[in-house]
Amino acid sequence: MKYIDEYRDAGVAKGIAQAVRALVTRPWVLMEICGGQTHTIMRYGLDEMLPPEIELVHGPGCPVCVAPLEIIDKALAIAARPGVIFVSYGDMLRVPGSHSDLFRVKAAGGDVRIAYSPMDAVKLARENPTRQVVFFGIGFETTAPANAMSVWQARREGLRNFSLLAAHVLVPPAMRVILASPANRVQGLIAPGHVCTVMGTREYEDLSRDFHLPIVIGGFEPVDLLEAVRLLVAQLEEGRAEVENQYVRSVTREGNQPAQRIIEQVFEVSDRQWRGIGAIPMSGYKLRPEFAEYDAELVYGTGEITAHEPPECISALVLQGLKKPVDCAAFGSLCTPERPLGAPMVSSEGVCAAYHAYRRRDVGQPILAVPGGRPRLSSRPEPPERRPAGTIACPTEPEVR
Amino acid sequence: MIPLVCPAPIATRDTILLGHGSGGKLSAELLRDVFLPAFANPVLAKLDDQASIEIGGARLAFTTDSFVVKPLFFPGGDIGSLAVHGTVNDLAVGGAIPEFLSAGFILEEGFPMADLRRIADSMASAAARAGVTIVTGDTKVVERGSGDGVYINTAGIGRLREGVQLSASQARPGDAVILSGSIGDHGIAILSQREGLELESDVASDSAALHTLVGAMFAASGAGAIRCMRDPTRGGVASTLNEIAQQSAVGIEIDECTIVIHSAVRGACELLGLDPLYVANEGKLVAVVAREQADAIVEAMRRHPLGGDAAIIGQVTGAHPGMVTMRTAFGTARIVDMLAGDQLPRIC
Repeated sequence: MKYIDEYRDAGVAKGIAQAVRALVTRPWVLMEICGGQTHTIMRYGLDEMLPPEIELVHGPGCPVCVAPLEIIDKALAIAARPGVIFVSYGDMLRVPGSHSDLFRVKAAGGDVRIAYSPMDAVKLARENPTRQVVFFGIGFETTAPANAMSVWQARREGLRNFSLLAAHVLVPPAMRVILASPANRVQGLIAPGHVCTVMGTREYEDLSRDFHLPIVIGGFEPVDLLEAVRLLVAQLEEGRAEVENQYVRSVTREGNQPAQRIIEQVFEVSDRQWRGIGAIPMSGYKLRPEFAEYDAELVYGTGEITAHEPPECISALVLQGLKKPVDCAAFGSLCTPERPLGAPMVSSEGVCAAYHAYRRRDVGQPILAVPGGRPRLSSRPEPPERRPAGTIACPTEPEVR
Repeated sequence: MIPLVCPAPIATRDTILLGHGSGGKLSAELLRDVFLPAFANPVLAKLDDQASIEIGGARLAFTTDSFVVKPLFFPGGDIGSLAVHGTVNDLAVGGAIPEFLSAGFILEEGFPMADLRRIADSMASAAARAGVTIVTGDTKVVERGSGDGVYINTAGIGRLREGVQLSASQARPGDAVILSGSIGDHGIAILSQREGLELESDVASDSAALHTLVGAMFAASGAGAIRCMRDPTRGGVASTLNEIAQQSAVGIEIDECTIVIHSAVRGACELLGLDPLYVANEGKLVAVVAREQADAIVEAMRRHPLGGDAAIIGQVTGAHPGMVTMRTAFGTARIVDMLAGDQLPRIC
């Protein structure tokens, strides 16, 4: 599969890991921001391939995980109303609010539907003129253009039965909070490639300068992430701190300008509550006043719904890269994907879920029983594989026909 | 120092959620907490896809399955052929020769008669091809809005091969794990037809009756070589392997590079953020067999039209009992967990 297979080439990946081993002279703590990147690292065991000097900590870039309890409770209240079709990305259905989740609201008779695009919700509104359709517009800058477009399109069509429950969050303000914290350990950042595809790289140039921090815009495939690590380690070892773009096949410095324009037309920057981090000024999007009639919070008067964030949850520390999921006493025992205690265990992008899915053996069990597998964080050098670029290192090609 | 405590969980499960029908952990909970205590008996307790029973000296396999697929007609099949294949396969992977089926229909008021005829014809031809006879049935009609057009339940009886006693509890360290072909075709064929997902794909369901493939496997192997077989339907290959690992209290290690996935299935899974290991199949089987006979069994499968891509995908180990691990193309290892409920498409 073009644009995927070449970035999952085991031979290329091992070569890059070897290059990192050759570069590194002392310990470095790197953070990948996006949950999709965390997922790839865990799924392919990339941290096992890297030398022990490199510690990967995981950032706040899982939109489900950072959605505050309050917005979930608002979603549940709206979804439970008769006459409402509540439309959401699938990931959100299992996320617990204060007392329930969308799956339970659905089981109790609420009309909750999974969509793959906010435009599907607009279509539903068009086809169901007697019903109110609400889309749960959640995510980072990545999903903001499509969500903005849904509101813009609904207004253009004069649809009066569509509204958006907007809970957008922005990466750079959250990263500033994490980097400015006295507890911060992060020395290099892998910035989220999809966010930068939309927004460009300028905001990260400011971050890099203000915190004297190497930043590499990284993709989501294993070779992307290893290459991003290599670029970061090279910067750190040479004492440089600049923004480099590894994900050139998708990201430009200016970003996607039509997408930025639709965001700007429909949304304005606002303060946001982050689960696990707290309130961050100017860290999200809300609908502009001229789109008030499409703002589900105003349409349904959910302003009074507030929720108390349990201050003691370790997910706060996990989402800031200060703790690993396996540091939590509840991980894998009291807290599992089927009975999640916190959002990072709920979403497939959540760091606890990624550890639980791929790494549960780390908890009190010997690591790696698979023949040929190397012990995690082994520093034993391995010769780079010699094979022509672009071939798959599998003994047999897994894709046929 | 901040204590390592997480927020309180949501209260106990007091209602049925969709995830209870996913074939994952929630389904297993339902069995454990509701049905097994209510129906407790040694045959059921084996938790195989079919019951092995003895009546008047005859050893029989008995099974039932309900079909609630949407859409009713999809590339590669329809709910009728699926209802026949599903039950035939549950018998076949138990080592039985399928003989008789029942068919129960729950129809929704207003359902087009032409569609019902089409479904019945499809069942008839699937049954003829599978060598089974539909000998009894039942029909109920529910009010409009109380059903999805048509639900079908089939039950089946087959004769167990002499000396054959398969069970998911019989996998032993050293055994080989065989998969009969590509994975995820059925699930993606269904998903790409669903409303709201305008996915143009040419993926057809792999829905097929596996009894002759199973026959070829038995013919190629000695007594006792085949420890257990399962058809990895809902929950996919990952869930099936987890069930075997748990019921046999062994570990299973598979090799990513040996698993065949058609490129269109891979593409759809990439797009939707799904793992093909958890996507449903309706014409594939997983077998755990004695290592020394594994190659001969795979050879026999490859000569069969439904087993052309059969391969040894891993082995059973004494390490990490109850857990399935996968060696990735990168030489690293990861867990292949059982899912809690259905796979949910990711946000971005």
